[in-house]
Amino acid sequence: MQYQAPESIDAAVALLANVSGQARVLAGGTDLLVQMKSGMTEPDLIVDIKRIDGMHAIIEEDGGYRMGAAVSSAALNEHDGVATMWPGVVEAAELIGSTQIQGRCTMTGNLCNASPAADSVPALIAANATVRVAGPGGTRDIPAADVAVAPGKTSLSAGEFVTSIYLPARPAHSGDAYLRFIPRTEMDIAVVGAAVSLTLDDKGVCVAARVALGAVAPTALLVEDAAAALIGTSLDDAALEACAAAASAACNPIDDKRGTIEYRTKVAGVLTRRAALIALERARGHS
Amino acid sequence: MSQIHVTTIVNGDPVEYLCEPDETVLDVLRDRLGLIGSKEGCGTGDCGACSVTVDGRLVCACLMLGAEMQGREIATIEGMADGDNLHPLQRKFLEHAALQCGICTPGFLVAAKSLLERNPDPSETEVRYWLAGNLCRCTGYDKIIRAVMDAAAEMRGA
Ligand SMILES: Cc1cc2nc3c(=O)[nH]c(=O)nc-3n(C[C@H](O)[C@H](O)[C@H](O)COP(=O)(O)OP(=O)(O)OC[C@H]3O[C@@H](n4cnc5c(N)ncnc54)[C@H](O)[C@@H]3O)c2cc1C
Ligand code: FES
Ligand code: FES
Repeated sequence: MQYQAPESIDAAVALLANVSGQARVLAGGTDLLVQMKSGMTEPDLIVDIKRIDGMHAIIEEDGGYRMGAAVSSAALNEHDGVATMWPGVVEAAELIGSTQIQGRCTMTGNLCNASPAADSVPALIAANATVRVAGPGGTRDIPAADVAVAPGKTSLSAGEFVTSIYLPARPAHSGDAYLRFIPRTEMDIAVVGAAVSLTLDDKGVCVAARVALGAVAPTALLVEDAAAALIGTSLDDAALEACAAAASAACNPIDDKRGTIEYRTKVAGVLTRRAALIALERARGHS
Repeated sequence: MSQIHVTTIVNGDPVEYLCEPDETVLDVLRDRLGLIGSKEGCGTGDCGACSVTVDGRLVCACLMLGAEMQGREIATIEGMADGDNLHPLQRKFLEHAALQCGICTPGFLVAAKSLLERNPDPSETEVRYWLAGNLCRCTGYDKIIRAVMDAAAEMRGA
């Protein structure tokens, strides 16, 4: 195995595109190193992106924030601007692992590892985040929802890697929230994760919403029916009930020791409803 | 495999080493630099026995490559006491009998020190959450939490 730490995006693309054998990108390494140790993956080349200019930067862009691919959860959490504008995304990233894992793990790695239960992914999808991908053919922007295509598999082609994630600007009266259910309070894999992002008008009526679920299907889901149930309402009980029912209806989970299909399906509705109420609170407070 | 030459700083001292591309920081510390205070409990990021700081950030040494350390600053348990003078956390762990077999102790101490540098007056809940990635098979945690709270109070001069 070879280890390379290129200093530019072009150099990284060249390394990834010209490798003979398997190449893996290294961000925080909290998934990759575990997989290498267990023999799940045996790369011929590791491309560490942390020496590339801008990979650790969080910059304002068009009223939103662009976050370099190597920004750790710990660094994200210390950035007041993102936490104020997108508290749901930051709280999701903050749920990944322990303090030690937080010091390394990135949302980019969380996305590209393509686990169905990845915590930051539903929050990024609900936020309508876009992901910038560099490759031999240049640069393209794709929705966060289009990164994972199956457990452990992404839509990125050979030679491509993610350079940044962009969180768009927010209108006034917007809020987002992420909740996950795990059997203990820390350090476990989501049984269900639910993210809601919404915008209210001046009278408190919901004019835009996005709902996303994790751990209830092979990839995180954008649930348009659940969002539609909120839009045009002031999140009264009936709207919340319909939203929860739509979330449950979208589930296609597995049975495992953490939860049965029936249980996951039910909890998805409950968590979506609770996340919607937190997002609502935040939208009311966000001028 | 060709070895990689790395120049770094460990506990304030410049250090150079050669390592394999797939060798972890924990293996480098223990097997190449003779710093065996950091322990390997799991090797997969779950137990925190390998806790060190890199550029001031608390991390698991078992989940970083030695090659990533070029130009970084690592702090390990070996740098915690000042000569024969134990750090207040180390003294409080002894006073409160916050260890039995001791395998988890270096990790807890490094992690707790990192917390108190950021937050000198944490609540018990904050201490418990911060240390959730440090596992102990022996003590039942309570004495560890008391020791950290007591050390924090002493360090604040309370
Ligand atoms: C103890 C422990 C607890 C954990 N708890 C949680 C948890 O609660 N919730 C959760 O969601 N996850 C959890 N994880 C999994 C992991 O920490 C997260 O998925 C994390 O976000 C991965 O980020 P990373 O930067 O460390 O990724 P890496 O390990 O660096 O990369 C992950 C994958 O993405 C690829 N990749 C990385 N960067 C790029 C890029 N820029 N472009 C293309 N591909 C890339 C890598 O090749 C690899 O396949 C846990 C892991 C451990 C060890
Ligand atoms: S040995 Fe590193 S976390 Fe257990
Ligand atoms: S004292 Fe034995 S594991 Fe903690």
